[in-house]
Amino acid sequence: MTVAFWILAVLLVASAICVITAQKPVYSVAGLLAHFLFLAITYFMLSAEFLAVIQLIVYSGAILMLFVFVIALLSSGVAPFAVGPDRLPKIAAPAIAVIAILLGFVAYAVSREPAVKPSLRGIVSGPVGTAGVFGSVADFGHALFTLNLLPFEITAFILMVAVVGVILLAGDHVPYVPTRRRARLVEHDMREAIVRAGEE
Amino acid sequence: MTPQSSIWWMVLIKCAVLLLVVITTFAYAMLAERKVMGWMQLRPGPNRVGPWGLLQPAVDAVKLILKEDLTPKTADPLIYRLAPFISLVTAFAVYAVIPFSEPGPGNVWAVGDVNAGILLILAMTSIGVYGISLGGWASGSKYPLLGSVRSTAQLVSYELAMGMSLVGVLILAGTTSLVGIVNSQAKLWFFIPQIVGFIIYVITAVAETNRAPFDLVEADAELVGGFNTEYSGLRFGLFFIAEYINMLTVSCIATLLFLGGWNAVVGLTIVPGIVWFLLKVAFFMFAYIWLRSSFPRIRYDRLMAFGWKVLLPVATLNLIITAAYVAVRG
Repeated sequence: MTVAFWILAVLLVASAICVITAQKPVYSVAGLLAHFLFLAITYFMLSAEFLAVIQLIVYSGAILMLFVFVIALLSSGVAPFAVGPDRLPKIAAPAIAVIAILLGFVAYAVSREPAVKPSLRGIVSGPVGTAGVFGSVADFGHALFTLNLLPFEITAFILMVAVVGVILLAGDHVPYVPTRRRARLVEHDMREAIVRAGEE
Repeated sequence: MTPQSSIWWMVLIKCAVLLLVVITTFAYAMLAERKVMGWMQLRPGPNRVGPWGLLQPAVDAVKLILKEDLTPKTADPLIYRLAPFISLVTAFAVYAVIPFSEPGPGNVWAVGDVNAGILLILAMTSIGVYGISLGGWASGSKYPLLGSVRSTAQLVSYELAMGMSLVGVLILAGTTSLVGIVNSQAKLWFFIPQIVGFIIYVITAVAETNRAPFDLVEADAELVGGFNTEYSGLRFGLFFIAEYINMLTVSCIATLLFLGGWNAVVGLTIVPGIVWFLLKVAFFMFAYIWLRSSFPRIRYDRLMAFGWKVLLPVATLNLIITAAYVAVRG
């Protein structure tokens, strides 16, 4: 088990490094896909079957697929990233500070005795997969929809806010035109283009 | 899991046998398709190699292996080579959790009986899409790119309706373990109470495996060969194998979730469970071929509209009604 864990750990870190160092966007996606797979295997080894499967379905199956879709549509060639302005030097110091603070929090949380011990009720040693054993689908669903329903819904809400925020920030600020009128405008433009092509 | 079924060499032997069985099934599913389609279209089909054309798959394999393996100049070599393997490996990986017959004392008719079995199958099939979309993209030419963009859109939209149609069964069975789902169908096969889910599943399954009339991904009339236009030789063969194995997989899922798996048709318990299972899977495979030789290809925008505006809402409604029924019943 320990040997398997270390092999996985090395593969996880290696694939993560591949994601951020790859020259072509599609290599980053491939690296991320490998990373998700190894992560799912790690979850399996921790008997968290449901989490492993959800990791694969949601992240690998849906979100990463979206990345591939965007890359396929935006970059028809296999060219590397276009080099933009190098923002790294400016944000490096604050980023390091934030990461250091976060790591400090983690270290503090780990070193401290937990104020509330996690309930061990329901964690039964036994064959993986039977109800009542840690990591089973039934227990996961029960915990998610009873004890943790509010945090779950709030998380969904926060994600929604993020999506709306992205649209607000990145969307082009074109005044709203009703669909039918816009269609007429497009048609008008096309007619003009055809006429111009005919004249030439 | 029982000790006997989890000894590592037992698992290894099971994997090896399964690999052999699945590959052989692929070969003869392909021959069966050509034969049956031939009869349906009033022509003999392959009948030259071996008695009744039975050795045709063997010579086809030799042909594919001996063909030249081309990589286009514009292709991205690494991803181009990787893609067929992603398709094939995910197609095979599914069989690790499919149970073929009733678990006996101390052993199971599967490599492993995983608690979240059906979810794992869905996860694996959703990763299989990468083979097609990356393969088409990495070919570096326009028809494969169009094919792969289509496949991504089609598979992602139909996966939603497919998942929704399966949840009804999971709610009725009260488990995500495939053995548990089949056992809960001992009295009534789920295709009767879940007839809507069953119909939606069958339709989405055809779309998920890129088979006619939903084979827009390959669409030889418009896209030459779709995502695999540039592939040749064994690499093309790997995609081909993956497609047939995926057909077999969705047939197995339909059998396990809707047709009672290895449960016998009333009263005929003298026939062993594995035979029932295989008969039901063969029925679905035949239906696939039947569909292919009966229907023309659907236009792309209609396919997407049908998936989002018809299948998904109906599947959601089915799910809500099923959930309400189970909640009221207690």
